[in-house]
Amino acid sequence: MTHSFRRTAGAALALLATTGIAHAGATLDAVKKNGFVKCGVSDGLPGFSYTDDKGNVVGIDADFCRAVAAAVFGDATKVKFTPLTAKERFTALQSGEVDVLSRNSTWTSSRDTALGLNFAGVTYYDGQGFLVNKKLGVKSAKELDGASVCIQAGTTTELNLADYFRSNKMKFTPITYDKSDESAKALEAGRCDFLTSDQSQLYAQRIKFANPDEFVVLPEVISKEPLGPAVRHGDDEWFDIVKWTLFAQLNAEELGITSKNVDEMVKSATNPDAKRLLGTEGERGKDFGLANDWVVKVVKQVGNYGEMFERNVGEGSALKIKRGQNALWNQGGLQYAPPFR
Amino acid sequence: MSTQQPGSLPSKPPFWNDPAVRATVFQVIALAAVLAVGGYLFHNTQVNLANRGIASGFGFLDQTAGFGIVQHLIPYTETDSYGRVFWVGLLNTLLVAALGILFATLLGFVLGVARLSKNWLIAKIALVYIELFRNIPLLLQIFFWYFGVLRHLPAARDSVNVGDVIFLNIRGLYIPRPVFGDAFLFVVIAFFAAIAGTVFLARWAHRRQAETGQPFHTFWVGLGILVGVPLLTFFLSGMPLSWEVPKLTGFNFRGGMVMIPELASLLVALTIYTAAFIAEIVRSGILAVSHGQTEAAHALGLQHGPTLRLVIIPQAMRVIIPPLTSQYLNVTKNSTLAAAIGYPDLVGLFAGTTLNQTGQAIETISITMAVYLAISLLISTLMNWYNKRKSLVER
Amino acid sequence: METKTTFTPHPELPPPANTVGAVGWLRANLFSSPANSLLTLFALYLLWLLLPPALEWLLFKATWSGTTRADCAPGGACWVFIKMRFGQFMYGFFPEPERWRVNLAWILAVLGILPLLGKRNPLRLPAAVFMLFVYPLIAFVLFSGGFGLAPVETSQWGGLMLTLVIAVVGIAGALPGGILLALGRRSKMPVIKTICVTFIEFWRGVPLITVLFMSSVMLPLFLPEGMSFDKLLRALIGVILFQSAYMAEVVRGGLQAIPKGQYEAADALGLSYPKAMGLVILPQALKLVIPGIVNTLIALFKDTSLVIIIGLFDLLNSIHAATVDPNWLGMSTEGYVFAALMFWLFCFGMSQYSQWLERRLHTGHKR
Repeated sequence: MTHSFRRTAGAALALLATTGIAHAGATLDAVKKNGFVKCGVSDGLPGFSYTDDKGNVVGIDADFCRAVAAAVFGDATKVKFTPLTAKERFTALQSGEVDVLSRNSTWTSSRDTALGLNFAGVTYYDGQGFLVNKKLGVKSAKELDGASVCIQAGTTTELNLADYFRSNKMKFTPITYDKSDESAKALEAGRCDFLTSDQSQLYAQRIKFANPDEFVVLPEVISKEPLGPAVRHGDDEWFDIVKWTLFAQLNAEELGITSKNVDEMVKSATNPDAKRLLGTEGERGKDFGLANDWVVKVVKQVGNYGEMFERNVGEGSALKIKRGQNALWNQGGLQYAPPFR
Repeated sequence: MSTQQPGSLPSKPPFWNDPAVRATVFQVIALAAVLAVGGYLFHNTQVNLANRGIASGFGFLDQTAGFGIVQHLIPYTETDSYGRVFWVGLLNTLLVAALGILFATLLGFVLGVARLSKNWLIAKIALVYIELFRNIPLLLQIFFWYFGVLRHLPAARDSVNVGDVIFLNIRGLYIPRPVFGDAFLFVVIAFFAAIAGTVFLARWAHRRQAETGQPFHTFWVGLGILVGVPLLTFFLSGMPLSWEVPKLTGFNFRGGMVMIPELASLLVALTIYTAAFIAEIVRSGILAVSHGQTEAAHALGLQHGPTLRLVIIPQAMRVIIPPLTSQYLNVTKNSTLAAAIGYPDLVGLFAGTTLNQTGQAIETISITMAVYLAISLLISTLMNWYNKRKSLVER
Repeated sequence: METKTTFTPHPELPPPANTVGAVGWLRANLFSSPANSLLTLFALYLLWLLLPPALEWLLFKATWSGTTRADCAPGGACWVFIKMRFGQFMYGFFPEPERWRVNLAWILAVLGILPLLGKRNPLRLPAAVFMLFVYPLIAFVLFSGGFGLAPVETSQWGGLMLTLVIAVVGIAGALPGGILLALGRRSKMPVIKTICVTFIEFWRGVPLITVLFMSSVMLPLFLPEGMSFDKLLRALIGVILFQSAYMAEVVRGGLQAIPKGQYEAADALGLSYPKAMGLVILPQALKLVIPGIVNTLIALFKDTSLVIIIGLFDLLNSIHAATVDPNWLGMSTEGYVFAALMFWLFCFGMSQYSQWLERRLHTGHKR
């Protein structure tokens, strides 16, 4: 029954539908068969994932998916992006609509357990902050008692906010929207007094305002928001690939391997760590079921973590966010990748 | 069977040509197919859920929701459960649906009558209105009112101020809230007593008219009772009612009642859109009553008013009610578009936020669908009952 | 109120008023009674309040030429915004060099439908066959690529093109299902009738948003693992299931309008059920319900705007998304007015056609 059904359905929908393979542990096979990585990104957040007016998806989250594609296919363009709202994102991953969810999502325990996700690491250490209009004259979040707040529905920030106000015995009126764009526009129009979200998002939204200087980010950071890519439970092989794509990018930065010098490094590297990473020594790639030089492709086509950061959210971008917590561990930050050996 | 020659002995047809056998076979096949498809989907779902380690069940309804809601008709705080969120959402949906139905009906009837007006200008304006608004998607109209119009209202500190009691700004329309004293209970009792009295009066007047032919001004006297008796009680019991006026304190207005712009734009759009359809229904209902009825009523010596009330409207209503009910159903279903502008209705709160916080997609969507299905079945049952009662008994 | 005056018999007729010419027309249509005159004045006042500012904003003070927001004069609409984003509103992210394919598909559609609209046209039959069997394939290849054309992902489809695709495919897909369901609902077999009634009432009872949401995020959970559809296809499946229930009710109306004699005559001729339906009843019933089908199409066309909820970029969503572009802030009114105009043109056109059809078909079967 199952087989004949699949065959008929497959024949009928061959052009539009993609049929893959069933059981757990086979996401990689399915991805290879499809010829592209299905990647869930946000519906529009500058710096993280944003569809520009030519239809290209740009941002650090999008670039991470490109890195996974480069790891699997040796070609960073073999990605199919699906923009997802905060509401849709987890169901889309659970149901198999996307293979990787790289959509500024916070790693929490309930998402790991009840939602059946595996977070593969942290691409961006963030914290929840507040954006207010300067005209209000507010200097601290503690002065926001009785204010109305714009939030994006279905996020951890929505829950953190309620906790924060309750523990400080303050009241608030929440105005919730499905899209981060809409909540930002609502703040700009004055529908609410402040906007709360991950700090990176606040900076990203602010540059879209007509007068960004009228708005200020308050000093309080009320939560830990480790943002990272997630995959489904139950496929450890795929989990490893996604996880180690990020670690490889981090290790590459630590070893000073960039997209510009990676070709030379392949030829001339003497450091055994670098040689293992680039696949010139040992067979580490085979363990993942990938080509031995997969890290070379990732770094060559997408860059190491630092390059990815600078290009999309760092000083070289419109957002101008400092590395801060996202610097490598040996430079005072939190980004620490296990060794590649 | 129809091919049998008259007079020839009916030979028993082969069993596969027997309509009864065929019917049974078809039905068994159909049932089996439906069960198989259903079972197949159910099985897949089970396997998928198990593989992905997603917990299922309705236990999440007792968990703490932990997020705030801008408009709740029943008391709600962040520490309440998802089950309570469901009720908050349902009531918000019912509120917007009920108000939408009320306003759309009023506007729709006015427009429907205007459409038939002998005044050329009025009739044309109604026509343009109807053709304009029913051909533009409702969602677009909601966006227009919310993002295009209500977004340009002044900030809280520069509110439009009507006599220091009513304030209008981008956060909503703030009006005073009645605060009922204990003695207000008497007024409520008086009001119900007045209703009972009016019903009794109407019955009496009807009987008297049937017996003696003398009409009675039931409407005016009834209205007098309905308004007068509670009003009198109100003054006698020492006016147990005060008003809580909204006041700007800190960031926002506190006190009073507020109509948030999300609700307002949803309501305006629903009303304008649905009224265009109701107007057409009303128009065709009135046109469906043939002119002969009016002439006959006039020939019987009925005045203009009684002709309308006793002859035209009852017959027109028979045509109007069924499509009107389906418009009411549409309003209820269309109110789900609230999710697009952040009005906390059932879909937005329960099939949206709750789904996302708990990940229970199947459970939340099923509950939401079941609610709308129940509302729709309830209304259609009521309509069938009404239709049966009012349907023309033909001789 | 003014209708009341219609029926008031005049006890003594005044001398006949001027009933010809402009004055007569005005008197008869605008100032026939004091109440009417008041209404007329009120309406004129209303128009005077609304129309001049609206026209001024829309036309006289509007900016038509330029390339950026800075070119726009304050006080009027900035149609430059629409002009600059026009391609995106029409085609979404469909690659620019390939857009001729979309145009070609629509031109073919118009050419194919034109002969069908006329009363008697020798080309009707070939045109119908073409539109039914050949055109869908051509359109599919033109849109998605193949046969030497560069492939275009459905995620790049958008704008008016996507709106039309969803509406047309939705209605075409819903028609066969709707006919079967309608026949099933009128069947004498209790099980089949129950199944059809349940199906119809279920889909008619739930809002389209939940259906779209279900098809968007939950359909993959119902399917065997690893089998996944394109996002657009999933939305289409939801739309088709939803519309087929509405279509079933439209077709049922047509079936009920066929006099009982037709059923009895078909039976008397000894026709089997499929033949009786296919040759006698359905051709008549479907002809009767063409206006109903067009009305369903109008409703669906407007409802396609709901795909914004599941993140597809149809006409409305393309415009809505463009209004948050930082380079074009404050253009939401222009965007919505343009969207309204596009939707209105299509819906009004179709509804006029449907009314014309209704009048034309109003010949034989009026009982």
